[in-house]
Amino acid sequence: MDDVQDTFPRLLLQHARVRPEHPATREKDLGIWQTWSWREVADEVRALACGLAAHGFTRGMHLAIVGDNRPRLYWAMVAAQALGGVPVPMYQDAPAVDFVYVLNDAAIAYAIVEDQEQVDKLLESRAEVPTLAHIFYDDPRGLRHYEGVTAYDRLVEDGRAFDRAHPGWYEAEVAKGRSDDVSVMLYTSGTTGRPKGVRASHAAFIAAARGGCEFDRLDASDSVLSYLPMAWVGDHLFSVAQWLVAGFTINCPESGDTVLTDLREIGPTYYFAPPRVFENLLTQVTIRMEDAGALKRWLYRHFMAVARRCGAEILGGKPVSMADRLHYALGNWLVYGPLRNVLGMSRIRVAYTAGAAIGPDLFRFYRSIGINLKQLYGQTETCAYACLQPDGDVKLDAVGIPAPGVELKITAGGEVLVRGPMLLTEYYNRPDATAESIDAEGYFHTGDAGFLDDSGQLKIIDRAKDVGRLASGAMFAPNYIENKLKFFAHIKEAVAFGDGRDRVCAFVNIDMGSVGNWAERRGLAYSGYTDLAAKPEVYALVRECIEKTNAELAHEGELAQSQVHRFLILHKELDPDDEELTRTRKVRRGFVADKYAVLVDALYAGRDVQHIETLVRFEDGRSRMVAADIVIADAKTYPALSGKAA
Amino acid sequence: MSGPTRGAGEVILALERISLAFGGVKALTDISFDVREHEIRAIIGPNGAGKSSMLNVINGVYRPQEGTITFRGAVRRDMNSHDVAKNGIARTFQNIALFRGMSVLDNIMTGRNLKMRAGILEQAIWIGRARREELANRLKVEEVIDFLEIQHIRKTPVGRLPYGLQKRVELARALAAEPTLLLLDEPMAGMNVEEKQDMCRFILDVNEQYGTTIVLIEHDMGVVMDICDRVVVLDYGKKIGDGTPDEVRASKTVIDAYLGVAH
Repeated sequence: MDDVQDTFPRLLLQHARVRPEHPATREKDLGIWQTWSWREVADEVRALACGLAAHGFTRGMHLAIVGDNRPRLYWAMVAAQALGGVPVPMYQDAPAVDFVYVLNDAAIAYAIVEDQEQVDKLLESRAEVPTLAHIFYDDPRGLRHYEGVTAYDRLVEDGRAFDRAHPGWYEAEVAKGRSDDVSVMLYTSGTTGRPKGVRASHAAFIAAARGGCEFDRLDASDSVLSYLPMAWVGDHLFSVAQWLVAGFTINCPESGDTVLTDLREIGPTYYFAPPRVFENLLTQVTIRMEDAGALKRWLYRHFMAVARRCGAEILGGKPVSMADRLHYALGNWLVYGPLRNVLGMSRIRVAYTAGAAIGPDLFRFYRSIGINLKQLYGQTETCAYACLQPDGDVKLDAVGIPAPGVELKITAGGEVLVRGPMLLTEYYNRPDATAESIDAEGYFHTGDAGFLDDSGQLKIIDRAKDVGRLASGAMFAPNYIENKLKFFAHIKEAVAFGDGRDRVCAFVNIDMGSVGNWAERRGLAYSGYTDLAAKPEVYALVRECIEKTNAELAHEGELAQSQVHRFLILHKELDPDDEELTRTRKVRRGFVADKYAVLVDALYAGRDVQHIETLVRFEDGRSRMVAADIVIADAKTYPALSGKAA
Repeated sequence: MSGPTRGAGEVILALERISLAFGGVKALTDISFDVREHEIRAIIGPNGAGKSSMLNVINGVYRPQEGTITFRGAVRRDMNSHDVAKNGIARTFQNIALFRGMSVLDNIMTGRNLKMRAGILEQAIWIGRARREELANRLKVEEVIDFLEIQHIRKTPVGRLPYGLQKRVELARALAAEPTLLLLDEPMAGMNVEEKQDMCRFILDVNEQYGTTIVLIEHDMGVVMDICDRVVVLDYGKKIGDGTPDEVRASKTVIDAYLGVAH
């Protein structure tokens, strides 16, 4: 190898030289996995970059990228970078109104999008986005009669012509790139206020990717499934930065609905998923096992008990008795191996989860059947790279040790600060926000409250600003309580209230899949979410979960005061389209509290039932008022058992 | 965005003075209308008006006692099912007619049956022409699967699918035959609003992308008026209206017979 490459376009050229025929990208199209080698990808990116240049794209410009995980959209990112431009991936499921803000904030003039759906949304926003002049689309279906938009194929054709007319031009452009140039702009999910554009340099993402690859020994032989939103920092790290650093293969699923099948066909070696994906997988396994024959059910139950007892210890290299080892080996042959295969996880060496807290049962389940599931911690601002869990020291309630190159510090107030090469360059057009989050010593303020445990792993309690006080002065960490509730399969979302109040109350969203299945089993008829959520049987089910949580909280010192006294099940599912959740599905607590102020008041006023009307926005953009009478229930609380931390 | 931009093409199917009776029951009486290339033509009418009978006449299932059918210049007394399929006419059914135990993929492959030339022996030992044909046909089927966005159920047995998806699979099978004229018998019956919207989009896309001429029977007036170019209205086996959706909507006879406005 000649030298260490310091920008993504140069990394791409290096792979094309070093491993020209090694598969770089795969996509399942028309039922068959299509493969592009590094040489082909480099060639395509070159043509695409030249095409963009032929259409007037120049250094420093922003290129909006909208769509599902398509190879051409990933390539477009590198093409923009090759020209010294900045790709701005956007959440593809956002409605047109949400596009307007980002498009205007980033002053987007060029956009490459997947299909007609995205073209329509951009054209709809165009009235309010004067800068947006060039729209390119990948899939031509339904777009034949559109005017003022250009096909990707045409763009590449123009690029090849431009390249022929300007020999050496592309190489010169790539050579102009510097490692501290901004490589990408990712918008924060905006749990609070408007999204901010986080600008990260080539150097930052390359440092984060190299650190991760060394930590987990990832190389060109690895394979990942790229299925998470391209606008999310995690996907950018795994499917772009680490892809170009390690030179492994990214695989794009056929469609969002086929991810599970595609996962099984590809059998990735390196896998990343938020807890909700692992949870869905486990729910499916559980449901299917309940429908299985008696012998299979017995085998599953028996060997899962064995796995629970010793599986995670065997994976972690801890001492385990010979009898248990043999028992586990038999289970591996009969149950765990086939199960890993069904989940598409037979070849996984490293799997990560992050983005939200993962339930203890869930985490233990995957580790116990031999999947090396670990946690990591990071933000958009730190290229999703701050803490990682090392093999052999994986814990449920911590997020790992500081990653290579990362310095970590906890303030007196308990806030987590990090410093290192992976930090953002700045927030776009927000010097105030940049100054606020990076202090004089160069530490980034994560806004998370946490502490380091005995073994040096970071434990996160909650968002620092969310940590409040009950009227009694006891600490109130809403996320902590909500996560405990969400660990129950029947509870999909929870919102806890208590700051400045005398006690804690909560909203709950039931999980339609899990509770629906439970209801079917009991012959409980229901017409939809609202109907099911209002059933007294479902209330009893949720109350049971809440009381279990209360029993746990009673053991946790100061948090014993945070037991949930009253709760209600919301009549609709919290939804990003109604602005109740962020696009990454985090609850916007303040917004929810304002929107449902009537319900919060009813909880604290001790009422038993409350009428409410809510405006619901449907996927096609229409909206309708939904009215319901919501029952409010009490839950049993337990006396605090002091001195014992759970 | 840009709405359907289908021009009025040549007349490819003309029905003249068609009458059909089952014993004493007159299903269709003296009906004439035509279908132009690339258009979406709807047949509407109350229950028992003769809509499905009309489709069955075009499709060669029923032989009318009177009248002539002109398809692509050839004048006939009636159509023959096999010829119909060979001539590029495909259809879907009011009650889904798929092989419930077979996978979605296999069901759609049956739509390619007429395109296969290889004999039973060749197919059985999977060599030469049989192999090439199967691959080519599978590619076409995969294009249809992609077009109708049913990749995720490719290997699922049809019997396990919800109704709306089964309807889509049936459309896929019809499309796999690469029809020039597509007959749809109540493609949206029993669907919820979202499924109906999807189906509308697919019908318009098929029409636009492949230029397929479509004749459809539908109960949902909103759907009919939104997506079709011209409408024939039947009532008790007689034609009582024919024209663009606006014309039909304005016709007094049609309103009285079908749309049922208070008067």
